Amino acid sequence: MLKLIGSRLATAVPSLIGVVIVTFMLTRVLPGDTAAYFAGPAATAESIAEIRTKLGLDKPLPAQFVDYVSALAKGDLGSSLSTGQPVAAEISARLPASAELTLAGLILALAIAVPFGIMAAVKQGSWVDHACRLITTAGVSLPVFFTGLLLVYVFYFKLGWAPAPLGRLDVFFSAPETVTGFYLIDSLIARDFETFRAALAQLAVPAITLAIFALAPIARMTRASMLSVLSSEFVRTARAAGLTDTTVIITYAFRNAMLPVVTTLGMVFSFLLGANVLVEKVFAWPGIGSYAVEALITSDYAPVQGFVLAMAILYVVLNLLIDIAYGIIDPRARSEA
Amino acid sequence: MHGVVDVKDHAAKSSETPSGPLLEVRDLTVEFATRRGTVTAVSEVNLTLAKGETLGIVGESGSGKSVTSYTVMRILDRAGRIAEGSITFSGMDVAHAPESAMRDLRGREMSMIFQNPRAALNPIRTVGAQIGDVLLQHVQADARTVKEKVIDILKQVRIARPEDRYHAYPFELSGGMCQRIVIALALACRPQLMIADEPTTGLDVTTQKAVMDLVTELTRERGMSTILITHDLGLAAAYCDTVMVMEKGKVVETAPAERIFRDPQHPYTRKLMRATPRPGITLRDLLPEEPAGSPAQNPPPQARTSAQAAGAPATKVLLQVENLVKEYPRQGAPSAFLSGLLGKKAPPEERIFRAVDDISFAVLKGESVGLVGESGCGKSTTSTMVMRLIDPTAGRISFAGEDISAVPAKDFAHHPMRRRIQMVFQDPTESLNPRYTAERAIADPLLRMGGMSGGAKLRARVAELAEMVGLPQNLLERFPHQLSGGQKARVGIARAIALDPDLVILDEPTAALDVSVQAVVLNLLEELKQRLGMSYLFVSHDLHVVGLLCDRVIVMRQGRIVEEGRSQQVLDAPRDAYTRELIAAIPHPPV
Repeated sequence: MLKLIGSRLATAVPSLIGVVIVTFMLTRVLPGDTAAYFAGPAATAESIAEIRTKLGLDKPLPAQFVDYVSALAKGDLGSSLSTGQPVAAEISARLPASAELTLAGLILALAIAVPFGIMAAVKQGSWVDHACRLITTAGVSLPVFFTGLLLVYVFYFKLGWAPAPLGRLDVFFSAPETVTGFYLIDSLIARDFETFRAALAQLAVPAITLAIFALAPIARMTRASMLSVLSSEFVRTARAAGLTDTTVIITYAFRNAMLPVVTTLGMVFSFLLGANVLVEKVFAWPGIGSYAVEALITSDYAPVQGFVLAMAILYVVLNLLIDIAYGIIDPRARSEA
Repeated sequence: MHGVVDVKDHAAKSSETPSGPLLEVRDLTVEFATRRGTVTAVSEVNLTLAKGETLGIVGESGSGKSVTSYTVMRILDRAGRIAEGSITFSGMDVAHAPESAMRDLRGREMSMIFQNPRAALNPIRTVGAQIGDVLLQHVQADARTVKEKVIDILKQVRIARPEDRYHAYPFELSGGMCQRIVIALALACRPQLMIADEPTTGLDVTTQKAVMDLVTELTRERGMSTILITHDLGLAAAYCDTVMVMEKGKVVETAPAERIFRDPQHPYTRKLMRATPRPGITLRDLLPEEPAGSPAQNPPPQARTSAQAAGAPATKVLLQVENLVKEYPRQGAPSAFLSGLLGKKAPPEERIFRAVDDISFAVLKGESVGLVGESGCGKSTTSTMVMRLIDPTAGRISFAGEDISAVPAKDFAHHPMRRRIQMVFQDPTESLNPRYTAERAIADPLLRMGGMSGGAKLRARVAELAEMVGLPQNLLERFPHQLSGGQKARVGIARAIALDPDLVILDEPTAALDVSVQAVVLNLLEELKQRLGMSYLFVSHDLHVVGLLCDRVIVMRQGRIVEEGRSQQVLDAPRDAYTRELIAAIPHPPV
């Protein structure tokens, strides 16, 4: 197992190097002149050139790249031009907010979609199957900002069940002491159940919005993969040996059907990170997505580079986790490593 | 009514309960609901099985033999249903029993072993846990005793080191070993009836013999009844008391085993008997007496006789293989890159597995050479190297006087020699592109290497090839899934001979076919060889089939050649002990 993790980490190194190079290049070829933008509309050519020199943008690209990499090696991601804040600090403050939201959405989606997919496959052609098809179709066809606004309208404006969609915590609460950066977990560690409930109330509606979006691929995949496993020969053997339906479906079929679902999960997570940008906007969530979008609009390249790099590392970690999960479920994957 | 054998007096001798047969099936009709309406898979089947009796159900694909047995256990697909008839097992009405009662019966009173043992086991659960599941389900053990009982059962099916194997996954075990696990699953609760559905298809002959002997011994010592479903008449003859022959969902003949072979009544039984390869016959003998239905209109090939009459064939060497070696890194050993990185070096003999170990042979022009051996003996590796799909580790392959082993495998596709060596694959379905019509599939090599680019000339050539292999012209527009197994095999052969090759490598071309279709295809191959003057390298595990088609046989074991000689001589008077063992393991009907 350790060998597997080690070799997977080793293969991630070239892709991280690639990400560093590509993000650097991309932020440089993006339209818009950073120096001109920050010099303001009334700036003269001299003042723009002065800012350009200050930012090191007048150097040739290779030299800029060397500066960037040597700063990166020291953990310095540069500073945002618009806020003046160091990017590393901003990202480490905002990443947990995004991660908490995305994971909550994903876990919620899993908790609903997997049992739903199993039931749809076991009772193929029944009303559960049709309901599964209907809900998943609706889930993918509704854009997240629409479901988000709809949910806000219904649960906040009409019913008043949810708090105002304004960030991670109501203004009357203070954030729990940072341990993991996840408010739900930190408040539990601090045994502050009031804060926990407030954070949960804030999280619920955006997480449901993301879950509706993530539901479809997971449920469809679970159903399809359960169907193929249920028609396989070892399920027939298990049935011929007189095992109960529960044993056949859970121990024999479901564990095998999990493998493609786990693979899909990686993809769904990446979709969710994309969808996150919009959800964060709708719910004023202080996450990393909204941060990156604002930076991109102002040609503020340091936060964009930091954001892409953080996402790339997140992906590598995520894929590693998926590979480990694969290894736990499937002994064949373990022995191949 | 078709012959229903009264086996009651036979049963009375072996059974202590005189309460009648263990299993009785009366007028069973099974229907399947398909998109194109209801299909009757089995109609009016009658069978009686006494306690301790072994019944063989023999038939080709689509005969309904598997459906019959699945119905007895009530494990048909959702689409299938019992339309008529009754099934009585130990006095219980199986057709109308509630599902919960059937579940208790399955595994405990009646159980089943399946074809393709590796697929029949849960790939991600240890074999010990799988056997344990069955024991726990039928309350034959509790959580404390289950492991001990499983190991005991593993011992009974002769699994070496059962304590270690308890924790093994199916992919860590050989095919024969997996089949022993499936047998252990089936026998765990000591059922009264065991149904074996093609239990040895895909296993080597020696493994087949070991597995069948084990099944016979275990069922006999427990007084169990067995139903053996097989397409192999030889297997049924060797292991069954009674044989029931099925064709297209109907029982055509039921008789005691020795009588059905001595005196087959039904024409279909006789046709099956004739098509089964056995010692002392020629290829021609496999075909039905009147070859009116034979699609090839050419004069019947004088197959074996002509080849033998020619005595020494032309002595021009076509293919010369010298000191051929293929090595693979052993599985589980760290890759060279990783061990190099860690600065560790395992001793070379531990890291390397020799799949082909220094072999030399020649194929003459116009000659058929059989390459025989069990799985893992290196025969397929050898043929793949000759086909130049993989590179040999050492040694030389000369074809028509040119050293083709000097050309790297990845460049050989563009080598001028490539069109002179062709291949026919084992699985006629898997080896055809499902999106190509038969015509397109046959035209493929002509387009790629034949310098043709469509048009009337190509169409004419494809039509000519189809005619040569006996494929009706109106089938050329069809896709593989619209063709039968035999027709797909013909497409594969037509594709291989499209470029007039000098050497055709036949990789078990008939292994997936029914015996009667195999008979026709083998005759077709022989006829084509005579007509086109090709050489064959025939890779197979079946010595009888090889003996029928080939002039010479090479027997391989563990990467080495153990015996080589003229077919008749190797079959009749094998010199090597291993060859003798192989021949002895082939079950055949009493001649």
